[in-house]
Amino acid sequence: MGKKFELLGVSKWKDGPKRAELLRDINFTVDEGLISTIMGPSGAGKSTLLTLLNRLEEPSAGQILLDGAPITQLEVVNLRRRVGMVFQTPALFPMTVEQNICYGPNLRQRREYPGLAARYLEMVGLDPELAGRDAGNLSVGQQQRVSIARTLANEPEVLLLDEPTSALDPTATSQIEELIRALNQKIGLTIVWVTHDMQQAARVGDRTMLLASGEKVEEGETKAIFASPQNEVTRLFIAGRLNGNGSKLNGDKGRSDGAGSESTGPEEEHK
Amino acid sequence: MDLILQGAKHALELLIQGDPEIFQVVLLSLRVSGTAVLISLLLGIPLGTILALSEFPGRRLVLSLVNTGMGFPPVVVGLFVSMLLWRSGPLGGLDLLYTPAAMVIAQVALAAPIIIGLTAAAIQQLNPKLRLQILSLGANRRQLMWILLREARLPLLAAVMAGFGGVISEVGAVMMVGGNVKGQTRVLTTATVLETRMGHFDVAIALSLVLLGITFLVNLALTIFQQRGGTR
Repeated sequence: MGKKFELLGVSKWKDGPKRAELLRDINFTVDEGLISTIMGPSGAGKSTLLTLLNRLEEPSAGQILLDGAPITQLEVVNLRRRVGMVFQTPALFPMTVEQNICYGPNLRQRREYPGLAARYLEMVGLDPELAGRDAGNLSVGQQQRVSIARTLANEPEVLLLDEPTSALDPTATSQIEELIRALNQKIGLTIVWVTHDMQQAARVGDRTMLLASGEKVEEGETKAIFASPQNEVTRLFIAGRLNGNGSKLNGDKGRSDGAGSESTGPEEEHK
Repeated sequence: MDLILQGAKHALELLIQGDPEIFQVVLLSLRVSGTAVLISLLLGIPLGTILALSEFPGRRLVLSLVNTGMGFPPVVVGLFVSMLLWRSGPLGGLDLLYTPAAMVIAQVALAAPIIIGLTAAAIQQLNPKLRLQILSLGANRRQLMWILLREARLPLLAAVMAGFGGVISEVGAVMMVGGNVKGQTRVLTTATVLETRMGHFDVAIALSLVLLGITFLVNLALTIFQQRGGTR
């Protein structure tokens, strides 16, 4: 199994009157064909890390490799077509479902794509008849599926998911999880899935990394991490007792181990 | 009251008869203000978009200057453009003072900040996630700009209306740089001022009615276009 992404000593900070450290010295590998989950409390730097993978943001230090080559060597537009991203909220364009799905292909070459929308609607478990509907008239769950279909229509090699179920009810969440697992298994899509929900990470992830306060706490096979966490912070997170700044809940402000005890929590996870 | 009624009656007669002098003034007004708004759009939309999307040191200062420019008093603009185009001024060699070109320059100085400022505001009010979504689908900078402008078309059309309304109705700057020369640089607003001073209220009313009519028709057309796009 090859390494799809490699993050080598990646840090991200925002300069200003007070420098805000969002990520510190992250080393992480995304294996090809697997679902890698990045879990952590809110404000841990998960979404920031994701946006570095398709260069919506640039790292302040370190290097990111895709298939062994620095991503900065690729034309950014091509990188983003190879590495698709689905966001927390669907952000569909105010047009028909078909136009939304054909959006990416149309950016490459403006023409008709007969049958494309129907194919991807089926792939994400929606009725192809929805193609002509106004995207704004769909339920949030349907919109998120269309959003996934829109990203898949670019035929990416890697799919980045930024908490794609956080706005959905449990039923829709479970459907999206099933869908993503099926996509991973059927077409071998490499997936990087960011979530603050550890149960979701346990359900969907082949490999998992825990981030807290912008630092990697632990990384490994998902089952192993949940069965026998090696780090006290991981144990606290799994027990639901970890704050975004890496401290214990219930007023205990001290870090539970040495993982970045001086870290200032990210002020802003999204750009 | 009689004066107003008589003036209005005579004004309608002048308009119905198609007074050639009035038509010349109307055409020049449309030519000068239309050209100024077009140039302002060509400058203002890209600059406003760049201001909205870029991060660079001093960006807030530039935005503040642009916003200040939106409220420039026309006479101040007229004064600076006059000084630029004055025979001994930096652009005096172009010999543009008291020509329609000088009036276009002054009106661009008035309309461009309005269009830059409102374009920047229109782009900034879009959901930031939309920009990230468009970029992550593989759009290049040109495509991103085009899509964002399309998404912001309603406030952008408001910017065009504000820009056109601002320049077609201003009098101070065009009076100072154009000189209100009959047959050459006389436009609706300067002609109205002149006719009122001379006591020709009927002509002044006729000119005012035309000015109001043009402003209304242009805004009506833009509003219909705007709302058609908005209720898709």
